[in-house]
Amino acid sequence: MLEFLNQIINGLSLGSIYALVALGYTMVYGIIRLINFAHGEIYMFGAFAGMLAITVLRLPFFLALIFAMVVSALLGVVIERVAYKPLRKSSKTAALITAIGISFLLQNVTAMVMGNNTSAFPQVFDQKVYDFGGIRINSLQILIFGVTIVLMFLLQFIVLKTKLGRAMRSVAVDKDASVLMGVNVDNTITITFAIGSALAAAAGVLIGLYHIRVVFWMGTAPGLKAFVAAVFGGIGSIPGAMIGGFAIGLMEAMVAGYGGSMWSPYRDAVVYLLLIIVLLVKPSGLLGKNVKEKV
Amino acid sequence: MSLLQIEKLTRNFGGLSAVSNVSLEVEEHELVGLIGPNGAGKTTLFNVLTGVYTPSSGRVMFQKGDKSIELSKLPPYKITRMGVARTFQNIRLFKELSVLDNVKIAMNHEARYGLFGALLRVGNYFKSEALIEEKAHAFLKEVNLDELAETKAKNLPYGKQRQLEIARALATGAKLLFLDEPAAGMNPQETHALTGFIKEIKEKMNLTIVLIEHDMSLVMEICERIFVLDYGKLIASGTPDEIKNNPRVIEAYLGDEVEL
Repeated sequence: MLEFLNQIINGLSLGSIYALVALGYTMVYGIIRLINFAHGEIYMFGAFAGMLAITVLRLPFFLALIFAMVVSALLGVVIERVAYKPLRKSSKTAALITAIGISFLLQNVTAMVMGNNTSAFPQVFDQKVYDFGGIRINSLQILIFGVTIVLMFLLQFIVLKTKLGRAMRSVAVDKDASVLMGVNVDNTITITFAIGSALAAAAGVLIGLYHIRVVFWMGTAPGLKAFVAAVFGGIGSIPGAMIGGFAIGLMEAMVAGYGGSMWSPYRDAVVYLLLIIVLLVKPSGLLGKNVKEKV
Repeated sequence: MSLLQIEKLTRNFGGLSAVSNVSLEVEEHELVGLIGPNGAGKTTLFNVLTGVYTPSSGRVMFQKGDKSIELSKLPPYKITRMGVARTFQNIRLFKELSVLDNVKIAMNHEARYGLFGALLRVGNYFKSEALIEEKAHAFLKEVNLDELAETKAKNLPYGKQRQLEIARALATGAKLLFLDEPAAGMNPQETHALTGFIKEIKEKMNLTIVLIEHDMSLVMEICERIFVLDYGKLIASGTPDEIKNNPRVIEAYLGDEVEL
């Protein structure tokens, strides 16, 4: 039982990271039907930006977090304007291939500038482990979970209570009708990229802090798993991405905790197996709408 | 000056002229009809006027206050913000959103606050949102939809969906309204109710309306003037009575006269 609760705590903090990244996938997909495969690299970029903000700019942690979110949002906007916007009227495949290209580009540029090896992420907080009768909670896990919940709350506020959120929801339903209602669709798409990128960057900074290191390839696996989380929750659905992220994190923690030497090395495989099962059983995901393309 | 001035407007698709050298004027507070056989270019003309398509040649002028604005040079969302709005042949509401949200989206551009103002909850955010909420409700009352404000658009009955689409277009602050087959798919009672509704909002909100419609009883009843398109060309214009007896119009609708 104790082991189970401990794995729940591990799963929730890991799931927080996946959920933050999954939100970017799902928002971008919801608004322009693009799987932005460069999204994992924004997460990596955010981690580096946070690391540099602390080591070079000497910013305190929370300012560094905000700094990383802002510069990553700008990167997301530049990518959208330069790489995706010109392709908006082309085939979906063209944009998808471009996204994969951007992903490699960001990885390689980072490796070039920051080196191939891992860089240390400064330990700005003393890690404390609280022990509640056998249930161990790391102070960083609390931080990760707390920051994630605050960011999700802010996101829900933007989406449900502001004019920008209304514009995002209307563009997701019908782009052409939105334009003719006076909605600036291009700006709405750009801001969606900015918000998604900022969330991924926050996840990157948090994971850098937790693992005390950053490296250029760190975005690949979490990026893919967050994508699985978004699909699991129902791609296009914001609550779906949140639930999906936590679900994947919990599942991974359970396999790691209970799989023994037999299964735990294959926890990634379990996650991808889940993707295959979801696609077979409920292709639209937990909260996804069954969208039929018009023929 | 006329409110809307279309000057030698042409829109080609490949070798086909969907709209060909059309010039016409619409006066303020007029209700005019745009008719013609299927494929005559009526909807294409609407699409050019609202910026969905750019004209191949010619221009569209719109009188806003004492300024004359060239609509054909603006992107669609700016045309809307000038006070020009439209509805669609097939209903294109934001189906998953509530009636209230549908109207609020159309009023979005009136909200004066930025993202950071909203996040920090300072500045105009609360005032601006409260104002829009209030305006949206007041607006829905005027179009008799307020009791359905929280209903998802897709759950409204057909006639109400049509009505909401017109309301949403008006909520953009439109003074010039393009209605694309508002009575399509309606039964005679619904069409009758719609006719009353259009007349009512026109007077109440001092609108200028251009309407495409195949239901001739509706067109003849409410339009003050009628323009007739055929193969992209303007072939006639005049009062309903003039149009009814115009041989070119009859020919366009019924084909060449046949000698018996």
